[in-house]
Amino acid sequence: MTSSASEAAASAVAATALPRRVPWHTRLARIEPASLVWLLLALVLLLLVAAPLGKLFLVSFEERGTGAFTLANYAAAYGRQRYLDALFNSLRLGLTSATIAVVLAVPMAWAVSRTDMPGKGLTWAAVLGAFVLPPYLGAVGWILLAGPNSGFINVAWRSLTGATAPLFNVYSFNGLAMVIALTAFPLVFIFVKSALDLVSSEMEDAANILGAGTWTTMRKVSLPLVWPAIIGGFIIVFLESIALFGTPAIIGIPARINVVTTQLWQFFEYPVRVEVAAAYAMPLLLITVAMIGVQKLLLARKGFVSQTGKGGERRPIKLGPFRWVMFAWCAGVGLLAVGLPLSVLLQASFAKAWGRGLAFDNLTLRNYRLLIFEHEMAMTSIWNTVWFSAVAATAAVAIALLVAYIVTRRLVPMGDVLGFMAMAPFVIPGIVMAIGFYAAYAGPPLSLYGTALLIILAFTARFLPIAYANAGAAIRAVHPEMEEAARILGSGRLRAISVITAPLVKKALLGGWLLVFIVASRELSAAIFLVGPRTRTMSVLLYDLSEAGNFEVLAAFGGLLLLVTMVFVVIGMKLVGRDFMLRRT
Amino acid sequence: MARLSLHKVSKRYGALTVVDSLDLALEEGEFVSLLGPSGCGKTTTLRMLAGFVDPDAGSIALDGQVISAPGSVLPPERRGMSMIFQSYAIWPNMTVAENVAFGLKLRKLSAEETRRRVGEILEVVQMGALAGRYPSELSGGQQQRVALARAIVVKPRVLLLDEPLSNLDANLREEMRFEIRRLHDEFRITTVYVTHDQAEAMATSDRIAVMNAGRIEQVDAPHLLYTRPRTRFVAGFIGRTNLIEAELRDNTVGFDGVAVPADALGAQPSQGAQPSDAHRAVLISIRPQSVMLHRAPPAVANGSVVVPGRISQRVFLGESWDYVVSGEATGLKLRAAAPASDVHEVGTQVWMAVDPRHMVIVD
Repeated sequence: MTSSASEAAASAVAATALPRRVPWHTRLARIEPASLVWLLLALVLLLLVAAPLGKLFLVSFEERGTGAFTLANYAAAYGRQRYLDALFNSLRLGLTSATIAVVLAVPMAWAVSRTDMPGKGLTWAAVLGAFVLPPYLGAVGWILLAGPNSGFINVAWRSLTGATAPLFNVYSFNGLAMVIALTAFPLVFIFVKSALDLVSSEMEDAANILGAGTWTTMRKVSLPLVWPAIIGGFIIVFLESIALFGTPAIIGIPARINVVTTQLWQFFEYPVRVEVAAAYAMPLLLITVAMIGVQKLLLARKGFVSQTGKGGERRPIKLGPFRWVMFAWCAGVGLLAVGLPLSVLLQASFAKAWGRGLAFDNLTLRNYRLLIFEHEMAMTSIWNTVWFSAVAATAAVAIALLVAYIVTRRLVPMGDVLGFMAMAPFVIPGIVMAIGFYAAYAGPPLSLYGTALLIILAFTARFLPIAYANAGAAIRAVHPEMEEAARILGSGRLRAISVITAPLVKKALLGGWLLVFIVASRELSAAIFLVGPRTRTMSVLLYDLSEAGNFEVLAAFGGLLLLVTMVFVVIGMKLVGRDFMLRRT
Repeated sequence: MARLSLHKVSKRYGALTVVDSLDLALEEGEFVSLLGPSGCGKTTTLRMLAGFVDPDAGSIALDGQVISAPGSVLPPERRGMSMIFQSYAIWPNMTVAENVAFGLKLRKLSAEETRRRVGEILEVVQMGALAGRYPSELSGGQQQRVALARAIVVKPRVLLLDEPLSNLDANLREEMRFEIRRLHDEFRITTVYVTHDQAEAMATSDRIAVMNAGRIEQVDAPHLLYTRPRTRFVAGFIGRTNLIEAELRDNTVGFDGVAVPADALGAQPSQGAQPSDAHRAVLISIRPQSVMLHRAPPAVANGSVVVPGRISQRVFLGESWDYVVSGEATGLKLRAAAPASDVHEVGTQVWMAVDPRHMVIVD
C-alpha cells in the first residue's frame, strides 16, 4: 500500500482516533449538508403550501378592512338559497359525471387490458387525446356540436326527422355532465387498466375451468378484483368535476346552472369579496380531503391481487365476433370525446362562419391572422403561458427532487414532514388554492397581484405533487447501493449524487418536467383568479374569448393552444416514451 | 496488530438489538466470512465496517485506529476500503472500463496509470475484451466480475462483500466462489465476506464467524466448525447432525444405556471447574457420516460405541443413503449416512458404531 490515497486515508483515520476527543468543529463538519437543505426546503414549502392555506382559513373568519374575528362571512356565503343550490348542483354534477365516466371507461380498460379487441392503438390515441385536450376546449367543441339551435348534431337531426326540438341540448345539466365526463374519463381508464394489467390470467383460467364463461368471469372475477381501482377512478373524476371551472363557466353560465366554482368566480367580480369566497370554498376543500382519504383506505386494502403486483402469465381473452362490439364502443367514445369536438373546432377555426360547415367559399385564414398579427393579447398570452409553465415546472421538479431524495434516503429524522407538505396540494382543489394565494400574497405586504411571480408560485405549488410523485419514483428506482458503491471507493455524497444518481434519474425527471409543463400550460381555474391585465395566460384569454362569443376566433385560438401543447407532448413521447403522460401516479 | 478489529460493537433499531456486543479481529491478508441465517445481523455488521451504519456502542478500529464509534464515524469515502454489493451496483451510465476506473480517478492517478491498471485488472477477471460495453449488455456473471475488478483495482485496505453471489444461478455461483478465492490468493486483500450459504463460506474463507441473533457463536477454520462445533446452533447450522440429550456425571457421558468416558470424546466439556461429583444435562452432536452401519455386531470395535437398532426410514439421495435407525429397547434415533452401495431394507436389524472422538459436547 504505497499510493497517496491510502496515506490520505491513514491521516484521516488518525484524525478520528479516540472518538471521545473528537473536537466539536470536526463533528460540525461531519453534519450532512442535507440538514441545511432540509431547513431551506421546509421554508419554501411553508411559503408555497402552508401559508396560502392558512391564510385562506384565517381570512374566512376576518372582517373586511379591520381583520377582526367574525362569522359574518360564513353567514353571507351560506345565507342565500342561490348559493346553497350551487353547492347542491356541484355535488349532483360530480356524481353524474363520475358515473358516466366510469360507464364509458371501464369497458374500454377491460377491452384494452384483457382482450384481443382490434384497434388498441387507436383506443390509446383516443384516451391520450382526451387527456391532452383541455376540458374547456372540449366544452367549446360540444357547443358547436350540440348547441340547441345551430349545433351540427341538432341541425342534422331536425333536417332528418323534421322535428322541432333538439336531439341533445348541451346547455343543460345532463349536457354539462356529459361533456365533463367525456374529458375526464381517461382518469378512470388509467386507474382501471393499470389494475387489470396486474391480474394474472390464471385468475380467469381458474374461473373458466370451474365452468364460468367469459362474461361471467369478467363480472365475477376480473372486475371485482379491480373494484378499488374503479372506485378510486370514480372518486378522482368526482373531485375533478366539482373543482372544475372552465366547462361549468362556458356551458353552465349560459344555461343558468350555478355551481360552486362559478359562484366563487362571482364573488371575485367587483367588488372582490375574498373573505366570503374563502368561507364558501371550505366545503370544496373538506370534501376533497375526505374523499382522498376514502380512496387511500380503499386502495390500501389488502387481499386484492391488483395491489400485490404479483403477476404471472397474461394472455388476451378471445372475444370472437364480439370484439367488434368492444371496438365500436371504444371508437364511439373516442369519437365523442376527441374526434367530433376536435373536427368542429378545426373547421370553425378555418371558417368565415362556422355554421355553414365545410365549404370551399367558407375557408379562411383570417381567424389565425387576426390572432397572430393583430390581436393585442394573443401572442403575449402564448409567451406568458410558455414561460410561466416552464419556470413553474423547473421549480416544482427541483423542489420535488430534493424532497424526494431526502425522504427516500432518510437523511434527516423529520424528512417525512417535507414529503407530506409536497403532497398536500394534491388534496387542495386548484380554485381553492388560487383563492388562498390571492388572500396570502395579492395584497400588502407583498402586493403580488397581477405579477408573473404570483402565477408561477401558484402553478409550482399546485403541481408539486405531480413532480414529487415522479421524482420519488425516479429516486426509488436508483438502488442506494449505486451511490454507496461510489462512496466506498472514495467519493463524497455530493459527488456521488452528481456523477451517479443525477445521470440515472435525468430521463424520468424530464418526463416529470414535461408533465407539469403541459398541465400548467392549460390550467385555467387557478390562473383566472390571479392574472392581471399583462399576465393573461392562453387558458384565461380563451375563456375571455368564449365570453365574447366569436366562435371562429375562439376555435382558432384553441388550435394555437393545442399546437403548443402538442409540441411538448411529442417531445415528451420522443424523449421519454409513449406512455409518459398516462402513467398512474 | 490486527488489520481490522471490532470491539463490543452493538446496533439497535428501536427495541430490536440487531448486532449484540460483537468482538472480532482480522489479521492482514485474512479472509473471514460472516455466516448466518437472514436477520442474524451480518449485513448490518458489514455496513458498520463500511461506515454506512453508525454503531450504538463499541468501536471499530482499522490498523489500531478507531474509525467507528457512537457519535463519531469516519465517512465511507475516507476509509480506503471497497465493497461488492448484493445488487452489484454497476453504474449503468458508464462502460465497464469507466466503472473500474472510477476509484482510480478519485485517487488522482495519471490517465496513463489509470488505463494501465484498468487493463490489467480486467484481464485478471477475464473481462478485457468487454471493456467498452455498457452494463446492460452484460450477463449477471460478467457484471459480478466488473464489480470485483472495480473493488480490487484500488488496492483497498479491506474488501467487503455483501452476499455477492446470491443473485447468480447455481452453476455460476460455484464458479464465482472459486474465482473470489483465486483473486484473494493473488492479491491477499483483507476480506470480510457476508453470506448465508455455508458452502460459499467454506470454499472461500480462512475463518468463518457463525452469527446468530446478533451474536457470534463461533469463529473457526471451516473444517473445525464441522468437526468441533461448540454450540448447538453451529452444530445444526453447519451440515446436518444428530443432537442427543445426555448426562454428564463423574466424568462420564451417558445416554440411552451408553456410557462413554468424557476424556474419550472429540471435545472436552467446555465449562471447566465443575465439581466432579456434579451431574448435569449436556447435548452431544454426532454427524450422520460418523454413524457406521454393520449387518452383524462388529468384531473389532476399536473403542467405538456399538448400539443395535433397526432401520425405520430410508431415503436414497443419489450420492448416499440417508437412514433413520431406531435403537433397540431404547428411544435412541439416529440419522446415518451410508454409501450408495450400502443397502439396508426398512425393518432389518443393524448395528450402529460411533467412534467417541466423533462425538462432541455442545452448549
